Amino acid sequence: MVWTKKDLLGLEELSKEEIGLILDTAESFKEVSSREIKKVPALRGKTVVNLFYEPSTRTRVSFEVAAKRLSADVINIATETSSVKKGETLIDTGKNIQALKANIIVMRHNYSGAAAMLARHLDISVVNAGDGWHEHPTQALLDIFTLKEKLGHIEGLNVTIIGDIAHSRVARSNIWGLTKLGAKVTVCAPAILIPAAIEEMGAAVSHNVDEALRNADAVNVLRMQFERDENNAFPKQLEYYKEFGITSERLKKAKKNIVVMHPGPINRGIEMSSEVADGLNSVILEQVTNGIAVRMAVLFLVAQAQGKTNEAAD
Amino acid sequence: MKLLIKGGRVIDPANNLDDVLDILVENSRISKVAKNIKANGSEVIDASGKIVMPGIVDMHVHLREPGREDKETVETGTLAAAAGGVTSVLAMPNTAPAPDSVENVRLVREIIKNSAKTNVFICGAITIGRLGKHLTDISKLKKEGAIAISDDGASVDSPELMQKALKNAKSEKIAVICHCEDRELSASGVVNAGFTSTRMGLRGISRESEYKRVARDIELAQKLNAPIHIAHVSCKETVEIIAKAKKKGIKVTCETAPHYFALDESAALGYDTNMKMNPPLRGKNDMFAIRHGLADGVIDVIASDHAPHTENEKEIEFERAEFGVIGLETELAVSITELIEAGLLEWQGLVRKLCLNPANILRINKGTLGVGADADIVVFSPEEEWVVKKEKLVSKSKNSCFLGRKLMGVVVYTICGGKLVHKG
Repeated sequence: MVWTKKDLLGLEELSKEEIGLILDTAESFKEVSSREIKKVPALRGKTVVNLFYEPSTRTRVSFEVAAKRLSADVINIATETSSVKKGETLIDTGKNIQALKANIIVMRHNYSGAAAMLARHLDISVVNAGDGWHEHPTQALLDIFTLKEKLGHIEGLNVTIIGDIAHSRVARSNIWGLTKLGAKVTVCAPAILIPAAIEEMGAAVSHNVDEALRNADAVNVLRMQFERDENNAFPKQLEYYKEFGITSERLKKAKKNIVVMHPGPINRGIEMSSEVADGLNSVILEQVTNGIAVRMAVLFLVAQAQGKTNEAAD
Repeated sequence: MKLLIKGGRVIDPANNLDDVLDILVENSRISKVAKNIKANGSEVIDASGKIVMPGIVDMHVHLREPGREDKETVETGTLAAAAGGVTSVLAMPNTAPAPDSVENVRLVREIIKNSAKTNVFICGAITIGRLGKHLTDISKLKKEGAIAISDDGASVDSPELMQKALKNAKSEKIAVICHCEDRELSASGVVNAGFTSTRMGLRGISRESEYKRVARDIELAQKLNAPIHIAHVSCKETVEIIAKAKKKGIKVTCETAPHYFALDESAALGYDTNMKMNPPLRGKNDMFAIRHGLADGVIDVIASDHAPHTENEKEIEFERAEFGVIGLETELAVSITELIEAGLLEWQGLVRKLCLNPANILRINKGTLGVGADADIVVFSPEEEWVVKKEKLVSKSKNSCFLGRKLMGVVVYTICGGKLVHKG
């Protein structure tokens, strides 16, 4: 299997084999981070630009660390300090970065589809670091990588995703990725946070946490984004915790070795108790570590594919 | 000056014609339609192997002038119309200023007089500024030249106001065109609500936001026994509601646009902003319902909803991009490709929907090749193929949802008022 895509925009458009290739590549890169000299020359002489239109610390830092461990030069652009505020279009910004002879743009954007649009207009690689409510492919890949590391396989697993599914790019990417690899995904949330026709993406829907946890091999707990609650329609924080929060009591009724994940940052006491976050089932910090390996793999693969995709597209 | 169009297959449902005939044009009118016309000294157009039909009457066009001449002007829009075989357009009122007063209608009339290359008819506003608050003086607008009223782009939310408008329009014998959208329901949606909005991570525009308003407006028309025309039908439920209303004898007519029978919501999945319009591209079921609605006569008219936008307004993030696509230059070819080729419509039926029915709804003497009619005529090669290319489009804006598509049917001559306005 050879990787031919110059961009990583989402997991919806990837095949099972392509996801497998990223995971395998990540596995080989994981060891780099445990060396004393945490660096390989795979992207030496290449420039990676982190273009972030939304405040983000963890994803941006994770990409930066990943790029640096591959020996790439990294430039960070945050909207606060760029000409975006002066009204430059996204395409113009992208073309300017391309004219600087950068090789990869890692972009976080508040509008769904922004990464796809940018990728269409550029020859250099675009890696989607989260676009609106659409996709956050590297987050889902690191979730899947961590799960596979813990449980040995993905096929046949029952994975429950709890939280604001409607506004979550993490949920969407996880649903695509996990179902392609043969897992069964259940999304669990109050009805108002479940988007229309989510079943057509391959996920089952539940409104009852205990039910959704009963057969789960893993649970991915999403951050409740109360700041997005424009219409004041979400359940109140305490009410949410009571109905949907993951607590030790709830986990007692689930499988003993259930894997507990969270993309961070955690709202302790809202979507999850501290006890669970820091407990034996939690792999939250391992996810952070694995995020580096997965992002190294993605940066490496898209850089390799440059030129190949263009030929294929013509 | 005499013009003789020789040997084409003349299709004219107004006179129940479908035959190889000659058409003689004298003094901007059709003077004779017969076999082997001899007319000395006339200019001759050889139409053999081609179809000759009345010029298209497109009752839903945004010419953007006055106000947004960067998108389109009356001149560029009517040049695009001519290129697409359209000889009469109804200019929708979402201009700045809107044609909501005698002065503003006069302003539009002046622009048309000075720069239009085809016939342009004026659609006045239902409410002042299209704001849905105060009715315009329909009688005065009509006297100044408006032939229909609409708040297109917006729906009149107040049922009382809408009812009054329908009543006034009925007594003035002027068509009312309804953009049916309940904004409380469509909110800030950008694509069809459902699987598409979910997988794209975008807010959805539900079918309900359209068909509930359609049902309301039809009910108002029924109460008054007044005619009503529903613009850009996009979903199955709307087709069903209109079919039922027609059966009951309610005087409702409706139109759809080529993108609603040629495309479905899956075209938007790549975030191509040329697939963003309002109402949005719907599901496959809806697309088939529209096709069948055209075939069985529920849908009376095909109109382009030509909505030009600059590249700056389209080549941006999907959610921020303007709604709408251009369509004057592709409506005939898309109709041939999708409806004639698929066997959904016969030629007579297509010509009715493009020419005769809109003319009847608007009560204008167009859409016919009868002797004495204005010589608005299109000659086209029905089987010739072409590919829609940005650089070939005449419209000032290039936001077509059919870019790159191979279509059948090339317009060879467009004649408007006896004058050749386009040669392909």
